[in-house]
Amino acid sequence: MNNSVNPADIHKVIVEQQKAQDRKKMMVNGVLLLLLLAAPFALYPVFLMKILCFALFAVAFNLLFGFTGLLSFGHAAFLATGGYTTGYLLSHYSGLTTEVGILAGTLAATVMGTAFALLSIRRQGIYFAMVTLALAQLVFFFYVQSDFTGGEDGMHGIPRGKLFGLLDLENNMNMYYVVLAVFIGCYLLVQRIVSSPFGQVLKAIKQNEPRAVSLGYNVDRYKILAFVISAALAGLAGSMKSVVFQLASLNDAHWHMSGEVILMTLVGGMGTLLGPVVGATFVVNVEYQLAQGPLRDWVDPILGGIFVLTVLAFRSGIVGEIQKFMKKNLG
Amino acid sequence: MTMIFGVPLAVLSGQLLIGVINGAFYALLSLGLAVIFGLLKIINFAHGAMYMLGALVTVVLFDMMGVNYWVALFLAPLLVGAFGILIEYFLLRRIAGQDHIYSLLLTFGVALIIQGVLTNIYGVSGLRYSMPDLFKGGINLGFMFLPYYRAWVIVVALLVCFGTWFVIEKTKLGAYLRAGTEDSQLMQGFGINVPLLVSLTYGFGVMLAAFAGVLAAPIYSVTPVMGSNTLIVVFAVVVIGGMGSIGGAIITGILMGVIEGLTKTFYPPASSAIIFLVMVVVLMFRPNGLFGKEA
Amino acid sequence: MVGGAQAEISNNTVKIGYLADMSGTYRDLAGPNGLKALEMAIKDFGGKVNGAKIEVVSADDRNSPDTSSSTVRRWVENEDVDMVAGMVASSVSIAVSKILEENDRLGIISGSAASSITNEHCTPNHIHYVYDTYPLANGTASAVVKEGGKAWYMLTADYAFGHSLESDVRQVVEANGGEVIGAVRHPFPTQDFSSFILQAQASGADVVGLANAGSDTTNAITTASEFGLTQSGQTLAALLLFLTDVHALGAETAQGIQLTTGWYWDMNDETREWSDRFMKETGVRPTMVHAGIYSSTMHYLNSVAAAGSDDAQTVRKQMMDTPINDMFAKNGKIRVDGRMVHDMYLAEVKTPAESKSDWDLYKILRTIPAEEAYRPLSQSKCKLVKM
Repeated sequence: MNNSVNPADIHKVIVEQQKAQDRKKMMVNGVLLLLLLAAPFALYPVFLMKILCFALFAVAFNLLFGFTGLLSFGHAAFLATGGYTTGYLLSHYSGLTTEVGILAGTLAATVMGTAFALLSIRRQGIYFAMVTLALAQLVFFFYVQSDFTGGEDGMHGIPRGKLFGLLDLENNMNMYYVVLAVFIGCYLLVQRIVSSPFGQVLKAIKQNEPRAVSLGYNVDRYKILAFVISAALAGLAGSMKSVVFQLASLNDAHWHMSGEVILMTLVGGMGTLLGPVVGATFVVNVEYQLAQGPLRDWVDPILGGIFVLTVLAFRSGIVGEIQKFMKKNLG
Repeated sequence: MTMIFGVPLAVLSGQLLIGVINGAFYALLSLGLAVIFGLLKIINFAHGAMYMLGALVTVVLFDMMGVNYWVALFLAPLLVGAFGILIEYFLLRRIAGQDHIYSLLLTFGVALIIQGVLTNIYGVSGLRYSMPDLFKGGINLGFMFLPYYRAWVIVVALLVCFGTWFVIEKTKLGAYLRAGTEDSQLMQGFGINVPLLVSLTYGFGVMLAAFAGVLAAPIYSVTPVMGSNTLIVVFAVVVIGGMGSIGGAIITGILMGVIEGLTKTFYPPASSAIIFLVMVVVLMFRPNGLFGKEA
Repeated sequence: MVGGAQAEISNNTVKIGYLADMSGTYRDLAGPNGLKALEMAIKDFGGKVNGAKIEVVSADDRNSPDTSSSTVRRWVENEDVDMVAGMVASSVSIAVSKILEENDRLGIISGSAASSITNEHCTPNHIHYVYDTYPLANGTASAVVKEGGKAWYMLTADYAFGHSLESDVRQVVEANGGEVIGAVRHPFPTQDFSSFILQAQASGADVVGLANAGSDTTNAITTASEFGLTQSGQTLAALLLFLTDVHALGAETAQGIQLTTGWYWDMNDETREWSDRFMKETGVRPTMVHAGIYSSTMHYLNSVAAAGSDDAQTVRKQMMDTPINDMFAKNGKIRVDGRMVHDMYLAEVKTPAESKSDWDLYKILRTIPAEEAYRPLSQSKCKLVKM
């Protein structure tokens, strides 16, 4: 073989590889999309929607945790705020169409996210996690004591209504495709954000914050923006969830929910795009299936066990481990 | 009658005293967390579960073997501490050197397992535990009736807190501990068994939580989930004090007890929120807590 | 169609879904032992209805309305479950009843306390069987006021449930010539009640009413006993207290507390006989919820047999038309709003000297007749009640 390699050839090879990879990605995504489109004919639409809502919640959380390196222990606050706001508006103002309710819920979570971000963003590591936890606790106490949330009873009978006043969402199939469309839209948005220059800066902050600062980036502004986007998407997930289930409850505001979304992200693979989706699907299914099976009294300890096992043995999560495996074995 | 903001002085004094008692209790719990974080950099989310274990073991020892309160005061923390050492040895050790966040997630999982398993065994209504005879009754202080047991709690909790602080900050053993965990290679070179030191330190932190659990057994409903909410409050206390600051945890614990007590008097609905509110405010002005070192 | 009596029993199977908190805060109220009670009822019934088999599926509700609604949807839409039993957390009960209404199946709620379940949240598809907050507040408060406890101080859990309990008590106390002279709203949950007990002591009230539940109530009672609340001449009135709670507290701590209950295991030979069997199965004495699950399942199966159908509306009508007479209730009736009304009992926790065993805890002071106990239909906001 000739030892002198033409740089142009190397470039060509890289481009080819990149293209082949892109094609593979496209194919995987295409197959996934087809599966998602066909899913409600084989599985339960409402359950699928639950998975999609939690998947969106985890994707939102992962933008902050996996890509920016900020562990928020208070994301339940945004999920619940989205849900309660949408639920309240749709129940009390019959003139509102569903999308307005959902947008309002998302907006409320965005506003709250901005406040959280401004108060917490300069704190590092564990202090950041604890400030977000503290703020989320304040939100939780507010919802417990407020009568409009129904307290322990929860908010029930939220009307699904009609999308744009036209499409009847009481029909589960219609509702499913709306949720799917929103989910895919958000997923692509996050994909776009992550690969954009903005996303590159976030990754740089995660890897080495002082270096990002010395390169002249206004790190806080980037972090705040990432936080706000994450909160908005989490709120959107909560809003949709309240419309799908026609209820909103305190469970979504409790700090255990903030813990659960960490579990989903971690199990699926933090810092990967597909990881949180896989993780949410896994956790929601485990919880649902176990609760009805012979192990139904043991769901919590089993979830705890999954936590422990993931941290000890599969820190990269399902998707991360698969990626590692592919890299090792397929070049 | 002297009134302060519409509250009689007598009532207020009572509330202040109650606040100090609860504060001593918080101090004891947050001390264990601070020891574990300060020396080992482990964020122990299983601390609430260990507190619960202390109380539960006390009740179970009594029910099964008639072990009385005084023996349990030593035995229960020892047993739970030994259990903590097992957790350190088999689980936490494997993630040493990783980001602190992983220790948080790991111990959170451990807590879920412990609570879930015990709930299936003992249920959630609470286990009965009688006040030791010596502590039945109380004294009338004029402004309030002080049960003897609460007086005991404050004395013993403060003693243990001070003792721990003294050992870690002021003795040679403490110096070894601090040095060993800060620069383990160096200490290993001096022939000190650092892994053992780490296990023992974690075990000691857990013992403090279990000790608080024993103190709680006669006055609070003992259930497998009793530590779950306490954990979050105690974490807030430690963060306000500055993660890892031993003295900070003690002082902040007492301070928060008093602040919470006053809130319970003047505006009760906010009393569970107040500690978190204080935390947010404190961290705005002091990013490393009241007594934390600059990062 | 097979023809004969079981023709109308779908799939020739009566399928019951048992949904309750099996692992969380409300586990001891219904939980795994409630499932045992349900299975006892099926066994006692003979295991078959008019030749059709009886199947049971069960699930943990995780105290989460969304998990529960996924579960119940699968039950009714895919697994052909005819009746859902159990249910404790009010958020779960309300969410499930909406799904049952959509799919026209039946639900018998035994564990929940919220009276809104058969008031603003009533549906033609569920029955609230054992108790609710209205008779609890009503029974205890009116009895205590009549005995001279005129001035009340309320310790209220600061969420919707506590607020509604407090306002119910306020009404009853004032209607009987008493007065609520003060109230403090404590966060939910609270571990240390000493500060609130101190405020209650300083208030000078005759009665301290506890408008909370579960560990909040037991913690409040423990602290009240520690601070000598009763020795200083005040009475404690717990508005929602279960046998399991009192058992956890013990007679020494809980003695003298008055409460209202729908059933007690040691009332007569019938209740004792059933409780002994239950204890053999589970190792504990049944709460009113356990007994209610047994009784309601039996009543359901009897009604399915009598109607020859497992269609929800047919069975519900049959259940409403037949009075309930068993170890749980005498002459109990299911009203149009789904409320099962039966006699309630005012009980007092025994002193350690009176209590002969661990579970020998109540003495029944008086019977509160069904029509006095429950919220009258004339005050109902239920859409099924036509005035």
